[in-house]
Amino acid sequence: MTKQMHLAAHFPGVNSTTVWADPRSRSQIDFASFEQLARTAERGKFDFFFLAEGLRLREHNGLIHDLDVVGRPESLTVLNALAAVTDRLGLAATVNATFNEPYELARRLATLDHLSEGRAAWNVVTSSDAFTGENFRRGGYLDRSDRYTRAAEFVATARELWDSWTPDGTSRPFAHSGQHFQVSGEFTVPRSPQGHPVVIQAGDSGEGREFAASAADVIFTRHGTLEAGRIFYADVKARLAKYGRQPDDLKIMPGVTVVIGDTDAEAQQNAAEIRRLQVSPQNAILALEQVWGRDLSSYDPDGPLPDIDPDPGSRLSQGRAGLADPLVRAAEWRALSAAKGLSIRQTVIETTTRQSFIGSPQTVAAELETFVSTGAADGFILVPHLTPGGLDPFVDRVVPLLQERGAFRSEYAGSTLRSHLGLAEPVWKG
Amino acid sequence: MSATRPLHLAAEIGGPPRYDAASHTALARLAEQGALDFVTLNDSFARPGPDALAVLARVAPATTRIGLVPTVTTTHTEPFHVSSAVATLDWVSGGRAGWHADVSTTEAEARLFGRRGAAPADALWQEAGEAADVASRLWDSWEDDAEIRDVSTGRFIDRDKLHYVDFEGSTFSVRGPAIVPRPPQGRPVTVIDGTSGPARKAAARYADVVYVRATSPEQASALRDDVRGLAAAHGRDPDTLRVLVALTVDLGDAETAPEPGLESGPQLAGRGTYFRGGPVDLAELVTQWHRGGAVDGFHLTPLAPERDLERIVNGTVALLQHRSLFRTFHPGGTLREHLGLTRPANRYALARTSGGTA
Ligand SMILES: Cc1cc2nc3c(=O)[nH]c(=O)nc-3n(C[C@H](O)[C@H](O)[C@H](O)COP(=O)(O)O)c2cc1C
Repeated sequence: MTKQMHLAAHFPGVNSTTVWADPRSRSQIDFASFEQLARTAERGKFDFFFLAEGLRLREHNGLIHDLDVVGRPESLTVLNALAAVTDRLGLAATVNATFNEPYELARRLATLDHLSEGRAAWNVVTSSDAFTGENFRRGGYLDRSDRYTRAAEFVATARELWDSWTPDGTSRPFAHSGQHFQVSGEFTVPRSPQGHPVVIQAGDSGEGREFAASAADVIFTRHGTLEAGRIFYADVKARLAKYGRQPDDLKIMPGVTVVIGDTDAEAQQNAAEIRRLQVSPQNAILALEQVWGRDLSSYDPDGPLPDIDPDPGSRLSQGRAGLADPLVRAAEWRALSAAKGLSIRQTVIETTTRQSFIGSPQTVAAELETFVSTGAADGFILVPHLTPGGLDPFVDRVVPLLQERGAFRSEYAGSTLRSHLGLAEPVWKG
Repeated sequence: MSATRPLHLAAEIGGPPRYDAASHTALARLAEQGALDFVTLNDSFARPGPDALAVLARVAPATTRIGLVPTVTTTHTEPFHVSSAVATLDWVSGGRAGWHADVSTTEAEARLFGRRGAAPADALWQEAGEAADVASRLWDSWEDDAEIRDVSTGRFIDRDKLHYVDFEGSTFSVRGPAIVPRPPQGRPVTVIDGTSGPARKAAARYADVVYVRATSPEQASALRDDVRGLAAAHGRDPDTLRVLVALTVDLGDAETAPEPGLESGPQLAGRGTYFRGGPVDLAELVTQWHRGGAVDGFHLTPLAPERDLERIVNGTVALLQHRSLFRTFHPGGTLREHLGLTRPANRYALARTSGGTA
């Protein structure tokens, strides 16, 4: 039997993947945009709808970054509203474990799970960054090495709170005393329909993977190519046994982009056009500055790469998840530019924004299936480049093919996100 | 002038804890049918119940006009998150959000968080006022026309129209700007229960709607004057405040006559005022107090929401409407419009265009 894949819809983010200059691009903040994308995902029988989070506006060279979409709503509040206009779709919020406290967040997640009748998920992200900390009581800083010990203890504490009511509805006092949290009292929310909302982890370091293997139900990863995906998949699944978990207990879902055309050739053209739109001349210089860590505003985007070397210690860009080693990155860019005779903008287009799946609906469906059948992924988090209509071509043209192939559900079998993901009910630990 | 002041009515929809969407939605819709200004949903970490802001976000798409005002506490929460969540409630409701700022006073609540011990009311309300202040600054930290989508320069926003708030409070600081663009109302409505002294100070300085508790129109009028005077002392125009009398109502014996002594007003019960009688009696009380100019309106907390809210809407409100004392529909779309409050100008835009400081 064909292994069924899982699919999630990522609301377009605040980065250059999202093309706002397209005339079809609409509001990144009006509820109507969220409702439309969520309804599209539910029409496509997706497992869940996903919202990212950033707790400080990104900056570049000490100034608020102005070239990409800026501004988002607070995730859990939007998802509660979306629960009113969807029935089955899972609702996943990214929420930072460094700048929240377990009692309040566990309560908000349990409330979403009740109000959505079992569709809540939490993408646990971490931050050690003093830049973001300037918006919070904790202030500055959490030692990098402490991020995941805090996140792990946070999730464990949240689960103790979710378990503090008996399944038949009696509240029992809880007490947790650990390195990061010393909390006790009574939880105000009864056990929610899923028992525990689904826990997603997004982070790539050894500690991040270990945390996911010990505690997460889903991993959101950047490893979206077949080779890198297989290596990541094998690595993470191999870590599960030591926590007494089965390979199927943790779903691996890379974030991917898809471009469709009537033919493979047309899709390639569409993809090239989207990349060109994603990398405006200004965005090309910015991408360059992010690698080089220097002010390169005087360079011509249609001219050659700079001769000077990157500044590896630079703090030019703030509020972004970490990039690879800048010296290695710069060397790759120079090699590419020299080999193909590419300008700055062309080099950026070539390197930074290649879509994951490009082709006719048949080609894309077959490739997605290959990823799942050959151990590179359990499913995909699709990141459209247009708000809010960017998922329509996939849902209209690829999903039916996946369904025909038996690679994706034609109807929701259950009503909770856990049931969509094939995750067991958590055992109540009273 | 006072006799023609519009009447404002709000109702609490919480009661025994419920965790489903349907019961809350039904009550909010009922209040909406009665053209009430807003519904509130109480919240506390100290007793069972769901997160109120989440519940009203869930209610938002199922309603169209009614204002939505959850209680949000400021003692153990992050001011930055609070401001983002309230702004988002405003976005998902199309400009119908407010928040009732409250504090957590007990040791039991402090232990749920384990970050700090319980503190005296004075300090907690000082902090709550600062949380309201920083929220209002964060809501202004994006000017309304900051989003430009200028293809020729590749810029999505005009960053000169985004502002750091650089707020230094007594217990927290916030750099800003907000991560959420300025919400539809500019600033969602801030509600504070000004019954206690420290709370009343914060209310007079930062709230748009203030609750007071009174057992006679004279007392209500004096409290209203006090709040307005305090607001004026902070440089505010008192007419930008709405003072509502908070009343717990028990309409359980709708068919019986009011108890002796209630004709002159509700009786004091503990911290609050408690009205027991029929819907018509309640309409009489509202009429008398409002006609005398003692109040801008009432915030009613039904003892049993499922029973009493229906009686308030179909009994009390219907009668007030019949007497042309209360609107029969919502002419406006936002909570500020229901309350007759203008959309506030953006302090940073004003400062930028006038060269002053915010
Ligand atoms: C696919 C992916 C998505 C992420 N999304 C977010 C996000 O929405 N918000 C956020 O604050 N961090 C996000 N992160 C950052 C992670 O939480 C984490 O801080 C980062 O990956 C560094 O951790 P690591 O060293 O384990 O990789 C994301 C990371 C990955 C890999």
